[in-house]
Order: sequence, then structure tokens, then C-alpha cells
Amino acid sequence: MKIKTNGFTPGAPKTLLPKCPTGIQGLDEITGGGLPRGRPTLVCGGAGCGKTLLAAEFLVRGAVQFGEPGVLMAFEETEKELTANVASLGFDLAGLVRRKKIVIDYVHIERSEVQASGEYDLEGLFVRLGHAIDSIGAKRVVLDTLEVLFASLPNEAILRSELRRLFRWLKDKGVTAVITAERGRESLTRHGLEEYVSDCVILLDHRVNDQIATRHLRVVKYRGALHGTNEFPFLIGDEGISVLPITSLALNHEVSTERIATGIPRLDAMLGGKGFFCGSSILVTGTAGTGKTIISSNFAQAAGRRGERVLFFSFEESPNQIIRNMHSIGLRMEPLVKRGLLRFHSQRPSLCGLEMHLATMFKEIATFKPQVVIVDPITSLMELGTVSEGKGMVTRLIDYLKAGQVTTLFTSLTQGGHTLQQSEGGMSSLMDAWLLLQDFEGNGERNRVLYVLKARGMKHSNQIREFLISDHGIDVVDAYIGASGVLTGSARVAQADLEKAAVLSSQQEAAQLKRAVERKRAALERQISDLRADYETEALELRRIAEQVGTRTLLLGTERTASGILRQADAKAAVHPRGRARNRKVNS
Amino acid sequence: MKTKSVKPRATTKPRPLAKLWQLRLYVVDSTPKSLTALANLKQFCEAHLKGIYRITVIDLLKQPQLAKGDQILAIPTVVRRLPKPVRTIIGNLSDIKPLLVGLDLRPAD
Repeated sequence: MKIKTNGFTPGAPKTLLPKCPTGIQGLDEITGGGLPRGRPTLVCGGAGCGKTLLAAEFLVRGAVQFGEPGVLMAFEETEKELTANVASLGFDLAGLVRRKKIVIDYVHIERSEVQASGEYDLEGLFVRLGHAIDSIGAKRVVLDTLEVLFASLPNEAILRSELRRLFRWLKDKGVTAVITAERGRESLTRHGLEEYVSDCVILLDHRVNDQIATRHLRVVKYRGALHGTNEFPFLIGDEGISVLPITSLALNHEVSTERIATGIPRLDAMLGGKGFFCGSSILVTGTAGTGKTIISSNFAQAAGRRGERVLFFSFEESPNQIIRNMHSIGLRMEPLVKRGLLRFHSQRPSLCGLEMHLATMFKEIATFKPQVVIVDPITSLMELGTVSEGKGMVTRLIDYLKAGQVTTLFTSLTQGGHTLQQSEGGMSSLMDAWLLLQDFEGNGERNRVLYVLKARGMKHSNQIREFLISDHGIDVVDAYIGASGVLTGSARVAQADLEKAAVLSSQQEAAQLKRAVERKRAALERQISDLRADYETEALELRRIAEQVGTRTLLLGTERTASGILRQADAKAAVHPRGRARNRKVNS
Repeated sequence: MKTKSVKPRATTKPRPLAKLWQLRLYVVDSTPKSLTALANLKQFCEAHLKGIYRITVIDLLKQPQLAKGDQILAIPTVVRRLPKPVRTIIGNLSDIKPLLVGLDLRPAD
């Protein structure tokens, strides 16, 4: 991970004080490259806060990683004890001693066996140290709890002046020294060693908060160099000390425009049709029993099916329990576990402190390299510390995951009553998407709804949608909006039935109307045909009458002509045209 | 310890000085401080252990590796190897009283 922030530039620019990298995770970042080279550094702290370990790790890493042999002068523990103690952290001290990378010199003085007569000096210590340094060409020196000398040698005045000389001598030798000292009640160290070691002072601290212990480290003083002045939590894991906060102080993660489906198609549709952004952090909040774990399992399973690696941190349920529970709603997770695509990590939150949890998670993530991480629920982790500690932890976790382009889904349990808890209010600003699950109570039932409260950088549905937990996972159902808002459960079903009935009755009405019209048309047509029949009869009658009239007229004419002829009437002239016309007609 | 000596019978109480006393004086270089210590030690032994003591002077400048064996830090240091138990006195031995106590020649008050 690259860190680029104002003031912090690991790898120490050459113009500044030369630094001696410790190799301890995080410490080099805080100190801007390591301890001051060629100078003594004081590490002080109370019992059991890891002074010896820090010193030992400084030596071992120096010898192994940086090719700088070291001398460990132990005043409290024997070589054997030391070797055994650090072996649990994976340091092979005995091997390094054999290969002449490290010299351990156990200094032991029993006050009861020593009598002082007159003045003395500590030249013997100088000789021993000098001999040890020269024998392997050591560059690093650790004096583990030099203050034991105050208890075992008389005459503090001499001791003080000799220690002053010792630190001067160490500087002249050009070795980078770490001197550990017990924390004093009012001063940094019990015997005021900080007076002599003025270049760099690191304070370690072991505090118990709510029955959970956390170690802290603070660089009290670093002459001639910028350094992080905060108190940083650190922990002693099985690979030594790691000071954790330094992941990415700058917001410069790479981002992806790729989208990742949620495994619930209709939820994808609510998120612009494509789901969440790859590498984003997603918060799913809801009260107890709203289906947070199911939503996250759904997400996990969908990712697993696409062949992505999923790491599931569960702080409430054991892996087997999750697998069984999800099986009952048709989400089969065990094949994914078997194929190595899904890994569960279940731990009780109270098992250890926040830092330890964070470190374990970092380690799991680093080894498994997942594309999707699920934390269920983040709230039980955050309860371990104060609100600010919890937020700090989530920030670091998100920074770490974002730097690795890991999509993360956090679930968060909210207490009944309020939907937005304070912690969520704090956390929400860190999240890219926020899915809210809610219970609607009414009509004697509780129904689950979900909505997208926020989704950075994508269009998303504004609707509250009901979802059902069925045999095949999550079912987001159609939305029915009633007078009092979205309808859920049986009210929704009733509304659906009502709508169906309405549709049906209007369909029936239309059909009825159609039939009526049909009937009307038929009646009309019947009437028309009746009228036509009437008309035709009448027309026929008319023709018949016309024919009769014609015949009668003809007959009448003929008769008249005949009688005229008979009478020799003068109607010749008048008759003639008639006769002609008639003749012509007859002829033609 | 390393030396195979006759069975020591020394206890915390002062004993009659029958056995040979083996004393080692650790110094660094022949500084005035070292020389003073040696002179003081010799004087003391002549006074209290005449004829039954042997002093070995070890210069850590020449043999630094020897410092570890007797857990030497302060200089000068006198280590009584024999008789047992091993006793250590640091300082330039200018003060006789702690020397007598330290070497079991006189009980502590």
C-alpha cells in the first residue's frame, strides 16, 4: 500500500535525519522511516505492554531483513527465556545466534552478592558491550531494561554519570540502540532515563476498557524528524508487533465502474438495474429479524456463483448455523465452501479487543484475497470500543478494503424504535450505499420492507418495497401504494385482489356493453330488412297498379276510337296524333 | 562453579582461614584507578590473609570475553573464587569495612 500524505513519507528523504527501519509493521510509517540511525531510542511502558518484544523484533528484523546484526543485552531474562518467548512470534533467535547475526548477553547481578567498597565505574559493561558489538559487527543494540542496574548496584550518583557516558559511547559507536525502561509514576521512566536519551522516545501503554485490553503506542519525541504524534493502537500477533492505523491516510483509492449484482434481481433493478459498484462499501441496516443476514448471504452466494471469492465474517453465528439456516430458504452455500470460494470466519466479538479483531480480519483478507467481504454485523464489533474507536476501526477497515478493490457489505443491527442510530449516523458517511430494512407492523402482522437510502453515483429507486423470505431466498414483490403509504402483507394482497376485481368487473362491463350494442345492431338490421320488405311489396304493388292503369288507358283509347268511328265523330284531327303515336308504338 | 576445589566448608560465618584464597581482580587497562584497587587489595590481603591468598589480575581490555563469565559490569571488581561461595566486591577497595563483610571476614554488623 502506498501512503502519500502531507508530512509522512516513509523511506526517509536523504536530506533528513538518517533512519533505521525497524521492519515493524506500521511503526516505520509513524516514525517516517524508522528510528534515528546511530542514536539511542528509549522505549518505555508499564509491565506487559511489549517493550522487550518490540526491542527483540527490532533486532530480529534488522538481522533478517536489513542485514544489520545486533546485540541484545538482557538484564532481566536469560538467553533461553528470551529465545523461548520470541519463538512464539516466529522469531528464531537461537538460529540467528548460531549464524552470528545476533549476540545475546545476559547480564545478571544479584544485589545481595555484591558489596561495594569505594568508587567504581561501569567500564566492565562497556567492555562487554563493545566486545559483543565488535564480534559480529553489530549495527543495532538493545539494552533490555537497563534500569535493573539501579536495583542491583549501589551508589546512584555513579550509576547516573556512567549511564550518561554509556549513551554517549553508544552514539560514538554509531549503533542504533533501543533502551527499554519501566514506566514511572510521574515521569516517563522510573529512573528518569529520558534525561539521557533525548533523540527518540516511544511510549507503550496497555489499557483496559470495558474488560478488553488494548495496547497503544505513541512517539512522544523524535528529535529532528516529523512523526505521527497520535496514540496508535498496536497488537502483538503471531507475526510480531503490528501498529495498524497506517493503511491509507489519503483518500486516493482507485475506483471501478464495474457493477456487481446483489443476487436479488429486483433489488438490482432498484439500483439502476445493475447492482452495486465493485469495490464499494455497502451498509445494510435493520432491526432484529429484518433479514440482514439473509440479504448478505444472498449477496455472498451470488458472488460465489460468479466465481468470486467471498470472505464472510460472522460475529453472531457459527458457519454451520449460517449454512443450515440459508439452506432452509434455498440458498446453498456449502458447495461454495467446498469449492473454496466462500470462507467463513466466525468469532465472538468479546473474544478480543477491536484492534485484535481488525488485525485478524486484515490477516484473513490478506491471505484469502477475497473480492467480496461480508461483515455480519459490524455493530457488535463497534460495541467493543467507544463510538470514535468504532468509527476509526470501520474507517481503517474500509480504507484497507477499498485499497484492495474489495466490495464490502456490512450489516448493522439497529435497536427498535429508531431507525437511524448514532453509530450508524457516524458510519453512514463512510458508506457508498445504504440499504435499509424495516419492519412494518399493522393488520396484526409484521412485514418486511427494504429501500435504498443512498447509493452514491447511481440512479436508484425511491420506492419502499416489500420483500418476502421464501423457499428460494429473497423475493422483492410488486409495490402497492395505498392511501396511507405502501401496502404490505395481507393488505397488499387485499389491494392486489381489489385491483384484480376492479379490472375484472370493468372487463365484464365492457363485454356487456358490447353485447348490448350487438343486440341493438341486430335489431336495427332486422328493422331495416322489415322496412325493405315493406317497401319492396309496396313497390311491387305500385308497378302492378301502374300496369293496370296503362292497360286501362289503352283499352279506353281503343274503345273511344272505335266508338268515334262508329259515331263518325269530328274528333278525327284530335284522334289522329294519338293514333299515330299508338301505331308507332305498336310498330316499334 | 568451574573450579574443582576441595569441598568448601565455608558458611556465612567467618571461618578459620585454612584454605587457599583465590581472588580475581578485574580491571580495564592500567589506569590509576586499577592500580589503586590492586594496591588496596594487596594491602588488605597482606593484613588479613597473609600467605594464603593468590591474586589474578584480569585486564578486560585484553580479554574482554572473560567479563561474561563472572558477570562483570563494574570496574574494578574483585571476585573471590575460593573459598566458596563466590563473592563479589566492586569499587576501588578503599573502604575496608564492606570488604571485610563482603569476603565473609566479618559478619555484617
